[in-house]
Amino acid sequence: MLLRTKLFGETYEFATIKEVLAKANEEKSGDQQAGIAANTAAERVAARLVLAEVPLSVLRENPVVPYDDDEVTRAIDDAVNETIYQEIKGWTVGEFREWILSNKTDSDQIRRVSNALTGEMVAGVAKLMSNLDLVVGGRKIHVVTHCNNTMGLPGTLASRNQPNHPTDSIDGIRAATYEGLSYGSGDSVIGINPSDDSVGNVSRILEMTKDIIDRWEIPTQNCVLSHVTTQMEAMKRGAPLGLMFQSLAGSEKAMQSFGISVGLLDEAYDMAKKYAWTTGPNYMYFETGQGSALSADAHNGADQLVLEARNYSLAKRWDPYQVNTVVGFIGPEYLYDSRQISRAALEDHFMGKLTGISMGCDVCYTNHAVADQNDLESLAVLFASAGGSFIMGVPMGDDAMLSYQSTSYHDAPSLRQALGLRPLPEFEAWMEDIGIWKNGQLTDLAGDASLFLQR
Amino acid sequence: MTQTIEEVVARVLAELRNEGLVPDVQQPSAGARVDDAGGLVIDLPDPTEEVHRRAIGVTDPADPDGLKNLCASTSARLGVGRAGPRPLTRSLLLFKADHGVTQDAIYGVVSEEIREKFGLFTVHTKAPERDVYLLRPDWGRLLDDEAKATIKENCIQGPDVQICVGDGLSAAAIDNNLTDIYPALEQGLKSAGLTLGTPFFIENARVGVMNDVNAIIHAKVIVLLIGERPGLGIADAMSAYMGFDPQPGKTDADRDLICMITTHGGTNPLEAGAYVVEFVKRMIKYSASGVRLREVAGDA
Repeated sequence: MLLRTKLFGETYEFATIKEVLAKANEEKSGDQQAGIAANTAAERVAARLVLAEVPLSVLRENPVVPYDDDEVTRAIDDAVNETIYQEIKGWTVGEFREWILSNKTDSDQIRRVSNALTGEMVAGVAKLMSNLDLVVGGRKIHVVTHCNNTMGLPGTLASRNQPNHPTDSIDGIRAATYEGLSYGSGDSVIGINPSDDSVGNVSRILEMTKDIIDRWEIPTQNCVLSHVTTQMEAMKRGAPLGLMFQSLAGSEKAMQSFGISVGLLDEAYDMAKKYAWTTGPNYMYFETGQGSALSADAHNGADQLVLEARNYSLAKRWDPYQVNTVVGFIGPEYLYDSRQISRAALEDHFMGKLTGISMGCDVCYTNHAVADQNDLESLAVLFASAGGSFIMGVPMGDDAMLSYQSTSYHDAPSLRQALGLRPLPEFEAWMEDIGIWKNGQLTDLAGDASLFLQR
Repeated sequence: MTQTIEEVVARVLAELRNEGLVPDVQQPSAGARVDDAGGLVIDLPDPTEEVHRRAIGVTDPADPDGLKNLCASTSARLGVGRAGPRPLTRSLLLFKADHGVTQDAIYGVVSEEIREKFGLFTVHTKAPERDVYLLRPDWGRLLDDEAKATIKENCIQGPDVQICVGDGLSAAAIDNNLTDIYPALEQGLKSAGLTLGTPFFIENARVGVMNDVNAIIHAKVIVLLIGERPGLGIADAMSAYMGFDPQPGKTDADRDLICMITTHGGTNPLEAGAYVVEFVKRMIKYSASGVRLREVAGDA
């Protein structure tokens, strides 16, 4: 394989497709830490010139981790629709970009092609896109899912109610849940990150949140973001689980570091279908984030964007209700500043939608990243403009358990009001019913957690 | 002059409202007044004190006492209220203050004064600047060549205990806590009959640098006092990492740790000093630290 181009008279040559993909990536500190990033801005563009001419078939045939060595690669490749693949395999990545952006191409056509894509193809085209390309491309692809609520309809923005507590106090979690609900947060899920991953604790939180949902007849689903095996055990013992959660990673080795495998998640998915109390047909909630494979030393020399795209291709296997990229949580050694974090969020949303999954974003940062709450709010506007399906809701953006900053309970209603977006339809009707939302904005009753002490 | 600034503001606002220039607004700030000479006085209490931090901002709650109880059940920022869909001014500014102090801690430099007070000379890791330090945690775990030479030249070899201080991710952690913890630690170790090495300060340090240090010093135990990643509102927490004969390749599993050492809602630094002494004595008694210490000492 010969992969080279001239640029301003200089010759740039790349040894492998994996190298082209890595060097074509936007600047990310994680790729630099891994020693695989472009050495100069010119080399980055040279890699893109080459990538734009690569046929999609070559990306399928050269996965960043070989088929025989990696069950993630196998799960993705085995799921490719061969009939549609025959139609698109000759397209170059550059042509693919223009096809997606063309006004003649609609959401249904893209969703059909999604079934023939691998993570390498999805990441490849994202690398050729500018930020506004990612917004335009992401926004035109509609992925609608259903658990108890309908997620992903154009013009909606959902919010996960994330009422974490440092030591999992049931009273504390309940109080924060009320606060979030009073702002209209919780249509995506009422989802708690536990500090104690035991079956008993996870079950208690599931029972408490299910009780709120029943008492207030809230159209939503509950979830505790513990390890999948803990949730499976809790379900077996009768705990009321609405969505089954797990973090994913883009290589077999990285999956192992999370204590999971494709087979285990197949089992979890079957159990959720069998025991979840919700309507379905989508029962799964996954979280991902660029850099996770590298942090487990399981990146196999591949860049963090392509590994992230592989997460989405893998996630599709279990028809998730929602997936979100926890974009700024990982720290500055993977995404250095707000520029890199924002770029990654737009890439992830676009790649998820192109893959055919429902995509949200934990718009967030840590205190040692070069970012602040203004950067976060700007990204939230960008993400909502790109048609992002949901964001997080955290009391004043300050997570009392995970020690990072995310979007506040105030931010979903702010974005809804500023951009003319709506909560998910079933949940919006409920908000209007209890009187906290009218004519597309919060009423005087909203923002008062004590409202929920009335029943 | 008996007219308060509230009255002045209320009168002006009433006039403006009559002219249709402003909508109805809430009470003007209670923080400002006019002094006897007619000058404006703004003299505010500290909004980061617990009583102000936890003040309820919801207008006309359905159940005022119930709301208080809800807010008291968690450290999360509840009951903050809103202006339209946005936070109130005071909760927005408190948040900015809490984040601001984390940034000052991360990008701050440990004061010369405190280093001199405890006779600490300064060496550097392979991360020369703060931005590089944030990008390359691996370089913060390695001493640069000059540091190795300086340590070799200045330090006692093979003491029982070597104390090092590192900035980590918070200069404020060292500035605010070293004065309390250091004497307690030094005194406690000496009373236990242990010999102490020559202490020094490591700039742009990560925890793993203790491995590199002991490859030169060969102490029985290394104690590294280092600044933690600042959390919102608590920017000066320090950790004490301890290891029995740390050497390159050793990991967190080989270390013991006392974290959240701060007078702001954590372990008091004076007490922490005493805990460290107890840990060090056990490490020397059992010639082990971390997971292995728990195995050989036979406790969970």
